[in-house]
Amino acid sequence: MTEPARLTTGARLRSQVCSTEVIVVRPPKGAVELTCGGAPMLALDAAQPGGTATPEAGLDTGTQLGKRYAIAGEDDFEVLVTKPGVGSLADGRTPLEIKAAKALPSSD
Amino acid sequence: MGIEALLDMTSGVVPDRVATGSTTRGRCFADMARRAAGGAALLTATGARHVVYLGVQSEVFPVAVYAAAAASLPMTPLNYRLPDVDLAELIGRLDRPVVLADSEQRHRVPVGVPVLTTAEWFAHAAEAEPAGPPGNPSDVAVMLFTSGTTARPKGVLLRHDHLMAYVLGSAEFLAAGDDDCALVAVPPYHIAGIASVLSNVYAGRRVAYLADFTPRGWLETVHREGVTHALVVPTMLARVVRHLDGAPADVPGLRSLAYGGAKLSASVLQAALAAFPTTDFVNAYGLTETSSTIAVLGPEDHRAAFASDDPGVRRRLTSVGRPLPGVEVSIRGEHGREVGPEESGELWVRGPQVSGEYAGIGSVLDKDGWFPTRDVAWVDAAGYLFIDGRGDDTIVRGGENIAPAEIEAVLDRHPGIAEVAVVGIPDEEWGQRTVAVVVSSDGDIPDAEGLRAWSRERLRSSRTPDEFVFRPTLPYTPTGKLLRRQLVAELAARPTAS
Repeated sequence: MTEPARLTTGARLRSQVCSTEVIVVRPPKGAVELTCGGAPMLALDAAQPGGTATPEAGLDTGTQLGKRYAIAGEDDFEVLVTKPGVGSLADGRTPLEIKAAKALPSSD
Repeated sequence: MGIEALLDMTSGVVPDRVATGSTTRGRCFADMARRAAGGAALLTATGARHVVYLGVQSEVFPVAVYAAAAASLPMTPLNYRLPDVDLAELIGRLDRPVVLADSEQRHRVPVGVPVLTTAEWFAHAAEAEPAGPPGNPSDVAVMLFTSGTTARPKGVLLRHDHLMAYVLGSAEFLAAGDDDCALVAVPPYHIAGIASVLSNVYAGRRVAYLADFTPRGWLETVHREGVTHALVVPTMLARVVRHLDGAPADVPGLRSLAYGGAKLSASVLQAALAAFPTTDFVNAYGLTETSSTIAVLGPEDHRAAFASDDPGVRRRLTSVGRPLPGVEVSIRGEHGREVGPEESGELWVRGPQVSGEYAGIGSVLDKDGWFPTRDVAWVDAAGYLFIDGRGDDTIVRGGENIAPAEIEAVLDRHPGIAEVAVVGIPDEEWGQRTVAVVVSSDGDIPDAEGLRAWSRERLRSSRTPDEFVFRPTLPYTPTGKLLRRQLVAELAARPTAS
């Protein structure tokens, strides 16, 4: 069985079906089942191997490096793709959407 | 997973991009990550529980920050300008520290405290076998001592999740282009020095360093390194503007100039906008306790305010802009009641980047997570935040609360005044009386009567300074904070007031 990874700010997760890696930018307020290509995402340092699974049809449009993904119509939960892959990010089977980047001026 | 994730992420995608130093001789992100991993093992091997950094800004500092994080050890950069006795006192407060010291500083570490020289540690880190378990995000990543201008220095605890919330909430991953370069001129022990280590690695931006600030050295470095982004404290910008003396800075490559850490006088900002006509200006406001920036006045805000004839828009040049997303602000007056726009009170802030926790004291957040900044502030109707200075600096004269910033802003506009500080000193009749300490502009020494008349025309009579004192300079910390306590002590110690 897959141990669901904790979705706290700064938590890093990886896909079981492709090379996708994400970091949690904002934790969810409610319950979210973060999946990639239809399979639950694992903690980056989880013991189980990535496996040989392939993304499910309909959840195989891929992830884009540096983009933020969130649940459509909600603004609490957000992850950032730090390595792209061929699977799609989803809450269960509901695909996440790309969020527009905030254009904040650099202050550091 | 802690802040070391930022370096791991960036070096995973752009390992060969230059991270620190010049484009031709600098070191890449893969090199930084390798040294951070090896350096962590070297720190772990000492058995220490805390890492102290005693050195100037250099390529070693970011490696030290990430190495300490990877070793799950709190990192405390210390002010190398402190006297030995103060340095020893601060080091003595830490649990089993190991000190990473520049060779020039090494002899200042108290006997019995283990020391590694930064250059040697940096060299060995490239070969050491990486080891060490990942840290816990609720662990303390960085502990910074407050500058102690108003009280004994306090150790501010910044946990990994505060710093990660700040970086992830305020910057974009790999937003920097190949030709970007940030110039870091603030020292490692300033919160902006920590923030720059995190934000620039996350953005994938090359960093150049200036260890000892001079206006000429800063301008030369901007030219030589192809600097596109820079952060300065107000005293640095004031010195650059004075050095230019009306001439253009002639650095068209500098796209963004951020300033913060203390109040910038309106006259310096005006001169800077003229000297850097193609540069975007950003005013960043934050505290150590809030993991650096919590509000920014961006380039568009500067342009709109600068171009406006509406005094309500124009005055926003003196604001710190609007809060970052994820940061809530509340202005509270008497009895902690929230006040409306244009009303002044204490600034409280809340958000995932806000720590509000001190070593040996604990958290000062209220039960709902709000942090009292002790800054006096107000907002305008559009939500722009104005800071009127520290609550501790408030002068109470005849029962009336007076923010020095209000009087300073009026006097700062006087053409004969280069710098001014208004302080309260003990007075038998009024409790405190207001003294304006003035540094005059070159060759144009104003007389006290003229300044009194200038003030009376623009301020209510109780706020006209009771006394004007002239000095050649004002005392500042190296990071640009005015030493008001020192001014008050010197003024109060005079034999008799003139």
